[in-house]
Order: sequence, then structure tokens, then C-alpha cells
Amino acid sequence: MADTGLLEALLRLLEKVDGGIDSQDVAADLGVDHQLIVGAVKSLQALGEVISAEQKSSKRWELTGEGREIAEQGSHEARVFNAIPDEGLPQNELMKMPSGKVGFSKAMSNKWIRLDKAHEGGPRVFKTVETIEDTVRDKLQLVQKGLSAKLEDKEKNELKKRKLLSEVTVKSYWITKGSSFSTTITKQETELTPEMIASGSWKEKKFKPYNFEAMGVAADCGHLHPLMKVRTQFRQIFLEMGFTEMPTNNFIESSFWNFDSLFQPQQHPARDQHDTFFISDPALAHEFPQDYLERVKQVHSEGGYGSQGYKYDWKIEEAQKNLLRTHTTAVSARMLYKLAQQKFTPVKYFSIDRVFRNETLDATHLAEFHQIEGVVADYGLTLGNLMGILHQFFTKLGLKKWVEVGNSGVFRPEMLLPMGLPEGVSVIAWGLSLERPTMIKYGINNIRELVGHKVNLQMVYDSPICRLDS
Amino acid sequence: MYLNNKMLFSIHILADEEFDELCFEFGLELDEITSEKEILIREQGGEKAEGASDVVLYKIDVPANRYDLLCLEGLVRGLQVFKEKLEAPRYKRVSPADGGEPQRLVITEETASVRPHAVAAVLRNITFTQERYESFIELQEKLHQNICRKRTLVAIGTHDLDTISGPFTYTAKPPGEIRFKPLSQSREYTAAELMSLYKTDSHLRHYLHIIENEPLYPIIYDSNGIVLSMPPIINGDHSKISLNTKNIFIECTATDLTKAKITLDMVVTMFSVYCDEPFTVEEAEVVYPDGRLSVYPELAYRTETLSGDFINKRVGINESAESIAQLLTRMCLRSEVSGEGDLIQVEIPPTRADVIHACDIMEDAAIAYGFNNIVRSTPRTYTVANQLPVNKLTELLRQDLTAAGFTEALTFALCSEEDIADKLRKNITETRAVHISNPKTADFQVARTSLLPGLLKTIAANRKMPLPLKLFEISDVVLKDETKDVGARNNRRLCAVYYNKSPGFEVIHGLLDRVMQLLDVKPGRNQGYHIQASYLKIYFNDSTFFPGRCAEIFSCGKSIGHLGVLHPDVISRFELTMPCSAIDIDIEPFL
Repeated sequence: MADTGLLEALLRLLEKVDGGIDSQDVAADLGVDHQLIVGAVKSLQALGEVISAEQKSSKRWELTGEGREIAEQGSHEARVFNAIPDEGLPQNELMKMPSGKVGFSKAMSNKWIRLDKAHEGGPRVFKTVETIEDTVRDKLQLVQKGLSAKLEDKEKNELKKRKLLSEVTVKSYWITKGSSFSTTITKQETELTPEMIASGSWKEKKFKPYNFEAMGVAADCGHLHPLMKVRTQFRQIFLEMGFTEMPTNNFIESSFWNFDSLFQPQQHPARDQHDTFFISDPALAHEFPQDYLERVKQVHSEGGYGSQGYKYDWKIEEAQKNLLRTHTTAVSARMLYKLAQQKFTPVKYFSIDRVFRNETLDATHLAEFHQIEGVVADYGLTLGNLMGILHQFFTKLGLKKWVEVGNSGVFRPEMLLPMGLPEGVSVIAWGLSLERPTMIKYGINNIRELVGHKVNLQMVYDSPICRLDS
Repeated sequence: MYLNNKMLFSIHILADEEFDELCFEFGLELDEITSEKEILIREQGGEKAEGASDVVLYKIDVPANRYDLLCLEGLVRGLQVFKEKLEAPRYKRVSPADGGEPQRLVITEETASVRPHAVAAVLRNITFTQERYESFIELQEKLHQNICRKRTLVAIGTHDLDTISGPFTYTAKPPGEIRFKPLSQSREYTAAELMSLYKTDSHLRHYLHIIENEPLYPIIYDSNGIVLSMPPIINGDHSKISLNTKNIFIECTATDLTKAKITLDMVVTMFSVYCDEPFTVEEAEVVYPDGRLSVYPELAYRTETLSGDFINKRVGINESAESIAQLLTRMCLRSEVSGEGDLIQVEIPPTRADVIHACDIMEDAAIAYGFNNIVRSTPRTYTVANQLPVNKLTELLRQDLTAAGFTEALTFALCSEEDIADKLRKNITETRAVHISNPKTADFQVARTSLLPGLLKTIAANRKMPLPLKLFEISDVVLKDETKDVGARNNRRLCAVYYNKSPGFEVIHGLLDRVMQLLDVKPGRNQGYHIQASYLKIYFNDSTFFPGRCAEIFSCGKSIGHLGVLHPDVISRFELTMPCSAIDIDIEPFL
């Protein structure tokens, strides 16, 4: 805060004028540096509507260093004139003066002095007039007082040519009275304090206004990962629809549960080394429900349950191979098999967990991603039921074009009947990746910006809450 | 596959929208509408595309098991039948018209070790045009990639029958004893020479591995010792087909006989349309080493009987048996109402090898009915939802860990051996890690045994962020476990790190106290939790931590994990520069 005296002096000046006042003129009037007035203007602005100030720029004449010297000590020619006594002065002595050379020639052309070259003892300078008028100094003093307007342009340009004046651009404020103009200053408080509350002094105080344009201080908190926020919402949707969560916490799976039990033939390209991560240690699964395994073998190699089968040589060695599950449907198969071992009751299952593909990586594919899966098993389910339930699910997601993000279908009898599920039971299922809808939702094009250690934590910090249906 | 407008003229399709609609109705997806020029511009740049055709092309996605839609002939036929502009043709196997003996392919026992099966057939009096010829070659290539599993299961050879004379012998010989002039070469090579010649062939090199290390290579000769083909690599030049070929001998050798029969059926059903007697195929005999004789192509028609009620109940519609039979007939499954109740006799033609169960027939009925015409309905299945306990606990803890000021990371479950061993100053053999046999890069060598490397890598990628960095993850690691059927299990872990100019052990310790408070476990030695330095462990086992700055965490007397200040070597191996403290606990004991 600038000095209160200065602020009040400024306000008193402003009170006297009708319209406004230029800060440069204030500085000149009060005889202080312009920067101090600028500070005073800012302080007054911070007080509210006391004044209003508008920045402007203007041209102004200013003395150069030499100009200031002349304004103080007189022009070179005047100094030369004054240095000459009545009996005159030898020219060489005169020339030794600081103003000698310039002053001599100017005083000569003003006809203030004369040179007697033939004087005995060398050339000597004499005054020719009694008194002089130092107009250069007078003019410069006018400019110094801020009264350059009193000079003619021609005069100013001449002084500029002599490097005594220069024209500069100055920034200044045009100050006018504000809506709550007053010539006295009340000091503003920055914050309410416990003492003010205790004493009640807050009632008399004025408070400095807040800058509502600035950002607040960042909240000191942790942040949930956006993909996990979306996962939470999907879990919520399934739970709202009455689906029970499957135990998908088994990334390592046997080929049997991952492929064979789903009636995926052993030569299927998905079982290729190029698509699936196989495990070298522990390489093989060692325990299967034996009679079920026999039924799976039979339906693949010979058919049965109304099926032609694939008619190939099914090998246990292929089924034993451990792998990183390529879909959570491996767990659905385990759950349906388990279900078939009891008296049948309808079920609705879901899971959201990681699956793994040994694929070529690109902007939308990683070696691992989260699969969302829903499964419904009951007597007499129809394709119309599948479409109905998908419609409900995707309506909750707020996704209209759901066909593009997922897969759905009815599990084949060759999968269900060997498990021991009753003949009339249908199982409908659908799946989609968690990453894809999340990328659509948050407008992310490269999956690496969403998942994995290379994500920018700022993105995590800044990501909004997830409401899928809005 | 790509189709052009001219090709589709026969089904009178002009507007793109109409064609899109038709594809959708037929259960196919019209992927894009483009032109040869556009494709070239996209794939090779504008210069190469100069002068290329801008005839409109339709790119269609065909389901993987619909081998009958892989070529233009089959697709157009299917669409015409679907639009009821054509009755599905009946494919017939016929004896030689001249009353002579059928062509014969004799399999010798040497093939047993390398490629034991073969089937054959003859297309008589075929008329090729440039387009038909190209389509014929392209179908073989598509079948090779698809049902033939890149020729491992089946390989197709087609020959100009008028250049060779049967009976043909399918045998296997040492590569040094095989010598012939292969397709598109100017001289003879031995099989061994061919294998090295094709090492650099962009197309054929992919198939060499199928027989390369076999002592005997499969080979087919005619009665004069002329080589027809050396399956599954290359045909002989002598019998190559051309635009002028009239009679074609087709052989398929295989390791899977079922697929060989299907492949042969596909080739002959698709292209017999250009024979003088359309849709007839001349039989060929195959003699097995044990003397058995089979006649091919099988061209088997099978009849399934199912009820209209079955279709209605599975699809969720209410159509008469007659109407369902009509829908199926439009899908090339000629169907008739049998007269007994609502039973429908459905005939599955040799072109529909994908139909192996009544459920496939049901699906075709649904496609023909139109998925969009099926009324959506909600199943009445009543169930009560349950969360998986370990996931429920995880969800609750995640919320409170962020409330405690830690930010959630999401890191990969797969990583390099180095990440979980060397970088953590551990020996890979003690990690109980599950190893991947076929990783494409080192990033996928093992399943993680700790969440710590992922968190440290996350910090390394975010070193420009203001300190301190406080991260956590609650997720699964994978450990070998003999008691499980697959020999491994997941383990749900909570890991958190604090990264700042000072180690902040007290921050991580405070987080442990908070987690225990959330889990309602009080401090204490017996029923509560406590931490305890174990110097033996620090020096000999848990070398991840700085000596004297690591403690083991016990809850109810059981060790559940560790916390401490990371060893400076661990910090630098993850390319970090600041002190860091961490906690890593198993949360499954709290279920």
C-alpha cells in the first residue's frame, strides 16, 4: 500500500477537477516520481470504487542529461558569457572551460561576445553586451516543469537537434472519480480474524475484495484411476440388474477351460502361439473333472448332443496346456459347470477382469485388457431375451451404438450339455472391453494414455467422476 | 472380401444403401465402399494409384466359418437364393460321362508319418474367363488361409487333367529323391533345393516349416512319373491350369480328413457352376494303403428334423412351421414341413459345413426373420446379486486410500523377469513367478509377483510431477501354487509408495495404521497388528529394502507383508533419484 498521505493528496487533486486527471500531471503537480503515482493509483483501485483509472499512453518531451545540466547551470553560451570579465579573457583559456567550444561559437553567433585576434598576448575574447537573456535555459526549464506546451514545435525541434530534449512515449492513467469517491482512506483488512469476531470490530472494518478470477489452492487428496472409476460403474450396473460377481481372480487357466470346454476346436487359430500367451512354468494343468473331460473330448471328436462334432483327433495334451486366459468366459465355463453339478437354479453372473492376448500392439490394443462379461442361464431364454437384456444394459451405459463395442450370443449346446446342464436351459452371454467405452467416454485415442505405467498422472488427477448415463 | 458393382449386377443391386441393407439382412456386414484406386492410395500412396480402376468396390465381412461365402460365385448364389431369385442348386457327384473308370489316387503307406490323408475330384468341361480364373485361384488361397489353417491341415492342388494321366500316386520320399520343375520356374530342382529356394519367397516361406524337418516329403505323381505337386508347398509346372483348361483334377492332401473333405466340397460346389453340366462333379477314387477305397467328393446332404416350436422358442418369435421352412430355404437350407405336427425337415447341403447342430439352423432362421424384427423382451429370471468378497473389499479400500491422499495407479499384470527380480534385488527362482513361453518382447516374460515394479515405473514416467508422489494399487499378482488345478493362483495385494526428498517412512507407516484402522484391526501383538524388524530377513531375503529400514507386518500373528525404505539400488534401477518408502501387503487374510 502506497503512503496514505500521497493517496489523499491525489484524491484531493481529483476532487478539484471536473472530469479527470492524468497521472503524469499529478506527478508534476505533487512533484513526485510518476511511478509513485502509478503505485498510488493501484492502491486506490484495490480499495473498491473510490476511483476509476484507465491506462493510456501519450508522447511527452523530456530533458536529456545535457538538457538537465543546462536547465540547472545555464546554457553553454551563457556560461561562457558569464565567465568573461570586463577586461576580456584569452581565447585559449576560455577554450579550456567545459562549455568552452560549444558556448564560444553560440555566444559568437548570438553576438554576445567578440574575438580580438590581434590582441597583444594572443587572441582575446570580450563581451559586447552588458546583459544577456538565456532563452535556451528558460525554455528547458519550462519543459522541466511540464509546460512544454508553451513552446513552439519549431523551438522544441531545435532543442531536440541540440540533443537537449527528447520525445518519449509515457504510459499514464486517466483518473476519474469512482462511485464511492472520498478524499479520506480507510485501511482495508485482508481477512477476518478470530480477534475481530471476538471484539466485533469487523463491523467497522472494510475488507479487501477477493480476486474471484484466480484459481483456488489444489485440494490435498488422492485420486482414483479413471478406468477403475468406469469399472466401478459397470459393477454397479450389473449389481443393479441383479447379477452376481464371478471369481475371476485366476489369470492362469488351462486350455481346457479356456477353449475346449467352450467347444473351441483344438486347431482354432485363436489357440495359436501368435494369439495366446502359453505358460512354460507351470506348463500343464494337472487336474480336471474326469468324466466331464471325456464328454468334452467326445463332443469335439465325434459329436453327440445333437451335434455332428468337429470330427478330429482331440488330444488331452492340447487341453492341458496352461495359458494366460484370453477371455473371462473361461471362468463362466467353470461357473456353469459348477452350476450343472447342483439342482438347477437360474443364475445371472458378471465379471470385469483382465484378459491377455499375444497380439500385435497398436494405439487401441494392448497385450492385456479388461473384459466385461454378463451371463444369464435359465430355462427357455430366447434371442429376444438376449436383445432385451442387452438393450437394458446399454441403456444404463448411455450408449446408443452398442453393437460396435461388444459381442453377444447364446452358448452352444455342445458347450452346455456335456457340463450336465438340463436340456431346456439356455445361456445367453455378452462381452465387451472396459477400455473401449472408457476411451470413448473420456475422449482418449491412444490406450497407452489410459492404462499402464506410462500414463500421465496429471490425467488421473484431472479426470472427472464417471456417470455413464449422462 | 471385395466385390464390384458389375459383379453384383446379377442380383440387380444398384444403390449402396440397398446393398448395405441386403448384407445386413443376410447376416453380413458391409465394411466399406471403396475402389481399387482408393485402396492403392491408402496403402501405397497417390503415385502408385495412378491409372488404377475407380470402379466401386464393396468390402464385406464374412463370418469365419461361412466358407460358402468366400468367393463371388458363392456369395452371389447365396444372395440370389436369399432374395428368392434362384433356387438353391443341387450339387451332384457323377460317374465319368464316357462310361470309363473314374480317376484314381493311390495313397502309399509312406505318407502316414507326414500327411496321411488325400481326397480328389474332377471338374469336367469347365469354361474359364479371366475373372472366373482369378476367382478360382483366390478361393483356393482363401481356403488355405482359413479352414486349411495356412496349409497345415489341408493343402489344395488343382491340375489340368489333359496334361497328365492317372492313376495318380500319393506317396512320401526323402527330399533328395524328389526332382521336378515347380510352378513358375524354368528348370528342375530337387525338393531339398526347393526348400532353400523358397526360404526367401515372401509367400511360400510361411509353409516350409510344415514339412521341412520331416525325413520324407509328400509328393504326388501321375502314371508317367510326372510330379503333380509337392504338398503343401508347390505344384508342378507341367500340370498347371490356364484360362484354356477344360478339365481339372483337384487333390487335397491333409492331416485332418474332415477338413479335407469340406475343402474339396467347397472348391467343386463353387466352381462346378462353370461346367457344361452345371453343379455336377465327376467322382474320383482314393485308395488307402490298407486297400480301402473311398469315392470323392462326398457332397453329402444331411437332413435334420426339428420342430417349429423349437425355432419359435429359441428365437422368441411365433411363426408357422411353413413360414419357418420358407425362411430356412432362403438361407440355402431347403426345408419342408413334414406333416407330422409342426416338424420341419431341413436339408443341410455340402456347402454348409458350418451347420453342425440344430442351433445353427435356429440362428439362420433368426437371420432370415431379421434380428431387427425380433421383439425384445426381458427374461423373468429372478436372482439376488452378490459381490465377490475380495472385490467388495478392494472397492471399499480403494475409496479410503484416495481419501488418505494416495492416487490410484493401474499397471500391467505382465512384466519382464528383470522387473520382479534383478531390479528388486531378488533372485528370480525365489519369486514363485509364472513364466510365459512365447512372449513377443521382454515386457511379457512373467506374470507379476509384486505390484511394486509397476508403481515405481509409474513414478519414473512422471518425474516431472510435483513431489511428493503418493501412489497405490490394489490388484492381483500371480504365484505358483501346486495345490491349484493349474498350478498357480492370483493373490490380491495392496501396495503403496511415497516418493519425496526424504524417505517418509512415517508416512507409509501412517498409511499402514490407517489401513488397519479401516480393517478394524487394533495395534497389538496377538489379536492386533504390529511391525517388527527381522534382520535375518533384511539381509538375506528382503533385499528390496534399505538395511535396518524394513519391517515385516504381522496381523493376528500372521505375516502379511512388508514396509520400509527402498534400497538405493532399487531406486536407481527404476531410474529414480529420490528416496522412496513402500508398503506391500496381502489383503486376502482380511476377507
